[in-house]
Amino acid sequence: MSHDAAHAIEHPTATGINSRKVAIWTLIGSECLFFASLISTYLVYKGKSLVGPLPHTESQCMLHGKLQTCEKIFEIPLVTTGTAVLLFSSFFIVLALYGAQRGNRKMLVGWLGMTVLAGMFFVGMQVYEFQHFYHKGMGYGTNLFSSTFFTLTGFHGSHVTVGVIWLATLLVLAIRGKIPPEKSLNLEIAALYWHFVDVVWIVIFPTVYLMR
Amino acid sequence: MDALTHDQHAHPRPGLYLKVALVLFVLTALEVLAFEAGRGGLGAGLRPVIEPIVVELLIVLSAAKFVLVAMFYMHLKQDPKLLANLFVMPLLIAAVIIAALIILFQYWRTVGAK
Amino acid sequence: MATSVLDHAPAAPAEQTGIWSWITTVDHKRIGILYGTTAFIFFLLGGIEALIMRLQLMKPDNTLVSAEAFNSLFTMHGTTMIFLGVMPLSAMFFNYFIPLHIGARDVAFPRLNAFSYWVFLLGGLFINFSFLLNAAPNAGWFGYANLTENTYSPGLNTDFWVLGLQILGIASMAAAINFFVTIVNLRAPGMKMLRMPMFVWMSFITQILLLLAFPVITVALVFLMMDRHFGSHFFLPEGGGDPVLWQHLFWIFGHPEVYILILPAFGIVSEVLPVFSRKPLFGYTAMVFSGAFIAFLGFGVWSHHMFATGMGPFADSFFAISTMLIAVPTGVKIFNWIGTLWGGSLQFKTPLYFAVGMVAMFIIGGLSGVMHASPPADLQQTDTYFVVAHFHYVLFGGAIFGLTAGAYYWFPKMFGRMLSEGLGKLHFWLMFIGFNVTFFPMHFLGLNGMPRRVYTYPAGLNFEFWNQVQTWGSLLLGFSFLIFLVNLFKTLRKPMDAPADPWRGATLEWLIPSPPQEFNFAEVPPVNSSTPAWDLRRANGGQLAEPRRVSGAGIHLPRPSIWPAVTALGVLGVIGSILFTHAFSHWYFITLSGVAILFYGVYRWAFEPPF
Repeated sequence: MSHDAAHAIEHPTATGINSRKVAIWTLIGSECLFFASLISTYLVYKGKSLVGPLPHTESQCMLHGKLQTCEKIFEIPLVTTGTAVLLFSSFFIVLALYGAQRGNRKMLVGWLGMTVLAGMFFVGMQVYEFQHFYHKGMGYGTNLFSSTFFTLTGFHGSHVTVGVIWLATLLVLAIRGKIPPEKSLNLEIAALYWHFVDVVWIVIFPTVYLMR
Repeated sequence: MDALTHDQHAHPRPGLYLKVALVLFVLTALEVLAFEAGRGGLGAGLRPVIEPIVVELLIVLSAAKFVLVAMFYMHLKQDPKLLANLFVMPLLIAAVIIAALIILFQYWRTVGAK
Repeated sequence: MATSVLDHAPAAPAEQTGIWSWITTVDHKRIGILYGTTAFIFFLLGGIEALIMRLQLMKPDNTLVSAEAFNSLFTMHGTTMIFLGVMPLSAMFFNYFIPLHIGARDVAFPRLNAFSYWVFLLGGLFINFSFLLNAAPNAGWFGYANLTENTYSPGLNTDFWVLGLQILGIASMAAAINFFVTIVNLRAPGMKMLRMPMFVWMSFITQILLLLAFPVITVALVFLMMDRHFGSHFFLPEGGGDPVLWQHLFWIFGHPEVYILILPAFGIVSEVLPVFSRKPLFGYTAMVFSGAFIAFLGFGVWSHHMFATGMGPFADSFFAISTMLIAVPTGVKIFNWIGTLWGGSLQFKTPLYFAVGMVAMFIIGGLSGVMHASPPADLQQTDTYFVVAHFHYVLFGGAIFGLTAGAYYWFPKMFGRMLSEGLGKLHFWLMFIGFNVTFFPMHFLGLNGMPRRVYTYPAGLNFEFWNQVQTWGSLLLGFSFLIFLVNLFKTLRKPMDAPADPWRGATLEWLIPSPPQEFNFAEVPPVNSSTPAWDLRRANGGQLAEPRRVSGAGIHLPRPSIWPAVTALGVLGVIGSILFTHAFSHWYFITLSGVAILFYGVYRWAFEPPF
């Protein structure tokens, strides 16, 4: 294992941890507060919408200018599938990193490719879900539920998207052989970001979709 | 120098990661089951037991998933404590803020309401 | 100081000169100077805004400016002083001195450092550009909803404020990550955490506060932006929203923000007092822990800004107690500063004057703060000039006096020349007297009922006398800055002849030439305590040889780069595009252009070799 050869040109650090690794954890810590504010608002406004649609129950919605009954808006099976895919993507990227650290390019490229696909699937699921809601009469400003929901999951989704772009870039580099073991830290940093995005969804999924 | 070098012998193998992935999958399934049982869908027979504790159950299950991903996939179990602290401290403050806002707004909504 | 022919040896090949070299610089010292110069100009602008307000308030029923203009003045004065004045002035010192204090060659991420500066500059220009459109922000620096919603703030004013702050927030976050990692990771061997200079400790805690507080205001600003442009009702009662949520989110950020404003100044005072008392800082460890405790507790007091919103007795009591508790670690600091001076061999130079002035003025500001901590008392004081007095004592008397002490202390190191002591002391006395004449009477006016943010007042309420006094005081205060400017310009025309260590400092920056060479240290000196320069001096029988300038060949330095500036332009494009949502229907093309520039800048940055 040539992890040691890795950082010949990097300077020694006071903690022994690579500075970019400390930086990504610092960013992750900060992002906890960002998502906490969004989640707090979602919870504070839960149940306070003046009109529908509502996540788990029937309600009265303003459709075509009239107040009409509308059904609950969430499709749990769809989201659960997306959740499972995102969870597995964390597994895939761990395998990709394992391959990278051991110079196994096939393992790296294969599992990193799977991660990117999984991420794209998740985003695709969300885009489909948002469109579906829109067509059922839930726009961004329709009610408090819609605004808090779209803002929270939208920001999460955009974090996933940034992650997908980042990982896809690394995938291209990996295919070209530009991620040898000495440079596996680049993937490790991206993987930490990716796991964080997954962890945020681990909190969002039950809070938003499973709590009535 | 980075944290990889110190644990070349202790580095988890893909088999462990797969086990974690399967546990995560099962926990997710349990979460959805709890939700369904709680509302009288799948597993409705368990509803009387589950419904009163649905929220707590979901919190416990999701917390378990959170910890598993953090400790194993994000490598915090093996890494220097500094990195875990960089995650845990903000999480604590975040939890306090979430709790404080919920309390303040529940109370706020009842103050003055006659 | 004895000089030798070696002092005039040719310096290492100088950094490039010319504007391009400044645009592409990644040298923390240059970036520090960029921050300081830009911040100082904004500070003067904020001061002019204040002077205009004071002239308007000099007489009852005055008509110098309209009510609308006055709203913009107090909004921009506050926003400018906080985000474009004090914070970036602190950033000047973070940039210049954190690496020097810890024995490093630069910060952990030099290009990210440059990026922060360019985003700050663009954000400051963006928000002030609003003046040219007669649309300067006018709803207060704290932007309370639902005044800031479309119904009551239909123009671009609030949009400039919301978007400008988002841009500035990115600058702060990037810098905070950078300095945090720098302090954690780039300390020289022997520089344990508990040996770092107190300025570094306070700066470190400040970075942590920035990282934890700015995300919250980012969310609040996003919600307000969504309400204004995309139809949501986060703070609109007609849609089920609650304006008080804005206040909570804003102050969860806002209270840590005031500690962000004051802790660096605390750190500076903790540097200056020991050096000018020729005595180590009293209670170093207590100072570290009290600073950390203040920061941590600072997250638990925010609703003391909301005692008048009817939160109920439980919430009021909780926040009253937590607020009073914060006085304790603050008191520890005050006592330790006094303990540092006590029995010391005082060197009556300008930095000492400003540092002692800071301690004294902060005590006064802190006392009025404790008075605010009591909800029933605060119901009388809130929204009156009493509060204005309080925060100017802690922010001007505290942060500005502290930063000025830092300016006089570190000027020789940064610019290689000694500022005039005579003019410095004159500056101090005029500023001290002007400041107190301006702000002390505000306590009286406030308790006698004069509200804040009023553009005028009727005659016969007994407000006239003190308002007049305050205006004269503010003019004196403004004049004192002219003295400083004269001192600056005179001194900058002198040759660079300042010694490395004019003050007999304790910390590492005094061991290298003034100004330092690009690579800072040829070799990092040994660090065995929190006062390495004093240790070396003691080991050399009380003397320190003037350090020589060396060639610096073979020292690897990060290369300059244009990509931070380009990426900053992308940020401006993306965020600024929201200004146009009402202007034309395809406004998102501007957003997409911003995204394209952003991506291009990031990719070129990522794939550019740093060396």
